[in-house]
Amino acid sequence: MRTRDDVEAQGVQIRTRITDESLDGLGPFEELGEFSDGAVLIFQGRVRETNDGRVVTGLGYQAYGEMAEKELRTICEEAAGRFEVGAISAAHRVGELDPGEVSVVIGVAAPHRASCYEASRYVIEEIKARLPIWKRERYADGEAVWVGAPASVAAESPPGAETHEDSGEGEA
Amino acid sequence: MTERIRVRTLFFGVYGEMATSREGTTDLEGGSTVADLVATLREVRGFDWLPERVVVAVNHRYAESGTILSDGDEVALIPPVAGG
Repeated sequence: MRTRDDVEAQGVQIRTRITDESLDGLGPFEELGEFSDGAVLIFQGRVRETNDGRVVTGLGYQAYGEMAEKELRTICEEAAGRFEVGAISAAHRVGELDPGEVSVVIGVAAPHRASCYEASRYVIEEIKARLPIWKRERYADGEAVWVGAPASVAAESPPGAETHEDSGEGEA
Repeated sequence: MTERIRVRTLFFGVYGEMATSREGTTDLEGGSTVADLVATLREVRGFDWLPERVVVAVNHRYAESGTILSDGDEVALIPPVAGG
């Protein structure tokens, strides 16, 4: 599944994408912004091999498809409104990922570096705070847990519960 | 007597595993709020693992507990997010 959204807000080129395809290559992020943009930042979030000392063997990302697309676009529009930038491009991966794979990429082009850094930081922090995406970590010992799940709920999770991972389709 | 409404209820992340199915519908009295829906899910449906103050989205937007629901609304029960 791949969804793409290109909009312009306040003269800023904004491109957002929720996709089950690999984000490992920089390709689409290499040509950000116009000649007036002197600063370009590309942030990559990657799956770490360890979390709290446990070895992670894989990660499953689930998204509330339609809402995630809208929310990601809104976050980028907010950044375009708050900071002086020329272009913002953000993509989040869904589905099964291995350690080392890229889960999220945020590209920002701006006239100067100060607003570039600020916008880049803003987008990743907002993604982490409110984008309706969840991840299930799988560990070397076979256990799998939903990251951040309330302890009371996680404790009641049926043993051996099947991971019905979706690929982030909008109907989920 | 107020007309009953039917909303779509979607369960994500860990809630999706706990619920009988990840998506379904719930019938409520007309004029019900998000809080009424949560109470119905917890008490009538038996989903007592759902936090009382669960985060909810209505039609793809985060919504407060006092938000009034309409027939056909899509309501998502949202556990702590973990994107990025």
